[in-house]
Amino acid sequence: MRPLVATLVTAALLFLFFVPMLTDLVGRPSLLALACRILIYAMAAASLNFVLGYGGMISFGHAAFFGVGAYTVGILYAHFASGELLFGFIPGSNQMLITLPAAVLVSGVFAAAIGALSLRTGGVQFIMITLAFAQMLFFFFVALKAYGGEDGIIIRRTNELAGLNMRDRVTLYYVILGFAVLFFLGLWRMVNSSFGAVLRGIQQNERRMAALGFAPYRYKLYAFILSGMGAGFAGALMANFLRYASPDMMHWTKSGELMIMVILGGVGSFFGPIFGAAAFMILETFLAGWTEHWQLLLGAVLLVIVLATKGGINGLLARIFRRGA
Amino acid sequence: MILIAEQLLNGLQYGVMLFLLAAGLTLIFGIMGVINLAHGALYMVGAYAGTWVALQTGSFWAGLPAALIAAAVTGFVIETLVIRRLYARDHLDQVLATFALILIFNELITIGFGRQPVFTSLPAAFSGSVELLPGLPYPTYRLLIIATGLAVAGGLYILINRTRIGMLVRAGATNREMVRALGVDIRLLYTIVFGLGALLAGLAGYMAGPISAVQVGMGEQILLATFVVVVVGGVGSIKGAFVAGIALGVADTMLRAFLPGMLRQVMNASEADALGIGIASMGIYFLMALVLLVRPRGLFAAGG
Repeated sequence: MRPLVATLVTAALLFLFFVPMLTDLVGRPSLLALACRILIYAMAAASLNFVLGYGGMISFGHAAFFGVGAYTVGILYAHFASGELLFGFIPGSNQMLITLPAAVLVSGVFAAAIGALSLRTGGVQFIMITLAFAQMLFFFFVALKAYGGEDGIIIRRTNELAGLNMRDRVTLYYVILGFAVLFFLGLWRMVNSSFGAVLRGIQQNERRMAALGFAPYRYKLYAFILSGMGAGFAGALMANFLRYASPDMMHWTKSGELMIMVILGGVGSFFGPIFGAAAFMILETFLAGWTEHWQLLLGAVLLVIVLATKGGINGLLARIFRRGA
Repeated sequence: MILIAEQLLNGLQYGVMLFLLAAGLTLIFGIMGVINLAHGALYMVGAYAGTWVALQTGSFWAGLPAALIAAAVTGFVIETLVIRRLYARDHLDQVLATFALILIFNELITIGFGRQPVFTSLPAAFSGSVELLPGLPYPTYRLLIIATGLAVAGGLYILINRTRIGMLVRAGATNREMVRALGVDIRLLYTIVFGLGALLAGLAGYMAGPISAVQVGMGEQILLATFVVVVVGGVGSIKGAFVAGIALGVADTMLRAFLPGMLRQVMNASEADALGIGIASMGIYFLMALVLLVRPRGLFAAGG
C-alpha cells in the first residue's frame, strides 16, 4: 500500500470510529443508521465489484445473494423462536457467530449453482441469465408463505454476539464496523493474491489466460462463489440491522442499485464501492428529504456521471491526487 | 376445454404484446449493441400520451396517433441525447444510463399525471364480444390486439426481408462493423431503428391501456418479460422475438391460469394460490435459463 493511501485509510478508520460521537454532537442520531447502511451496502457493492470489476462478469442478480443471506438469518431466527427444527434436523439459532457463517455458506451454495450454470453464457446473455435466477428466487420468496411471503419475515431481536447489548444502536454500529473492517481486510488480501491477478488477467484477455494454462471457467466460478458469499454476508448483517428480511431485498431494482454503487464509485477499484455506496445512500437520503420527486434528480445525477465521467468517484479522486502530487 | 381455449387466446394476446415490445428491443440490441432498459419508458409514454388525448377528445382513435407520435418523438430525443453516446461504451454504462432514464421518466410522468392509475374505456366499436365457438364469447378488443400484433409481425417481415432498409437492418444485426465499412450511413440507420422500436413500444402501451391500468411503473413490469423474450428468441432476430413472444406469452398465461387450481387439489387453497402464482411468475425465467443452457445465444440468434 502506498504511503498516501495508507494515511488516508487510517484517517478514514479514525473518522468511522468517531462517527457515533459526531452524530451525537450534531444532534442527528438518525445519521448513525445511515452510516450502518452505508457500511453494509459497501460490503455488498464490493462483493459485486469483485466479479464485475476484477472478473468482468456483469451480474445483474447480486441482490439475490444479499437476500438469501438475510433470509438465512431470518429463517434461523424463526426456528429459534418457535423451537421447531428446520427440515426436521437443523435447529434454529440467534447467535451471530452461527447465523453469519450459515448465511455465507448458504449464499455460497446458491452462488455455486447459479454461477455454474450462468457462466456457460457470456455478454448480454450472462446479464440476463443472472437476472433470471434472481427473479426466480425473488418470486420463490414471495410465494414462501411459511416465512411471511410478500411481507417478509420479522426478526424480533438482533442476533446475540459475545454478550453485547445489541439493542444499543452504537454497539450495533461498532459490530457492523468491525465486521466491515474484517471483510475489507480479507478482500484486500484476495484482490492482491495470485488468484486476484489471474482473475484480472481473465478480464483483460480470457483467451491468453487459457493459453497460459489457467482454466477461465473454474477461476470465474470461484470468483462468483466468493462474491455471492460476500453479498450474503452483507445481507445477513442487513437482516440483523433492520430486524427483518423481505423479498424486496432481492428485487431486480436492488441489483441495479448495487450496480449503480459500483459504477458510481469506480469499477474495478478497491475503494470505489465504498465511495459509491456512501455517495448513493447519502444522495438518496438527502434528495428524499428535500423533495418528493428525488428520483428525478437521482436519475439526472446518474446520467451525468455515466456520460461525463470515467472511473467514477475513485477515478476522480485519483486524478485530483495525482495532480496534487 | 372452453376455458383452455379462452386462456390460449389470452396468452396469444399477451404474446403479441410482448412481441411488439421485443421486436424493437431486439433490433436495438442486435444492431446498435445497446441494452436499453428505458424501452419500458417508451411503452409508458405511449400509453399516457394516447390515453390523455383520448380522454380529452373522447375518441379512442384520436389517441392512437398521439401515442405513436409521443413515443417516437421521445425515442428520437433519447437516442440523440443519451443513447448515441452509449454505442461505444460497455454494457455496464448502458445499463446504468438507461436505468437512470427509467427513474427520470417515471418521475416526470408522476409530476405530470400523478400517482393514481388512469383508466380508459374501450372504443365503442370494440367494446362487445363475439362468440368464437359455441359457448366461448371473447372480447373483440382483445381480438383487435391480436390482429394488430399479427399485422405488425407481417409488416415487419416484409420490411425486413423485402426492402432496402430491411436489408441494411439484417446486415447490421449480422455484422455491424462490415456495414459501416461499406459506407452505409449507420447513424441514420440507428435513428430509424430506434424510432421504429419506440413507435412499436408506444403502440403496445396504448393498446394495453384499456385492459390494464395506465400507471407509473407499467413499463418495468413488462420490460423484464420483454428482455426474456429477446434473449430467448436470440438477440437481433425478429423471427425469434415473434416465436419466443407468443410461446412465452402463452406459457405464462397458462401457468397463471391453471397452476393454482392444480395445486389446490394437493394442498389448502390459500397456500396453493400463493405457491401457484409464485411458480407461474418464475415460469418464463425458468424457460429462459433452460434455453440459454442449451443454446447460449438464443433460439434464432442473428450473426455468427
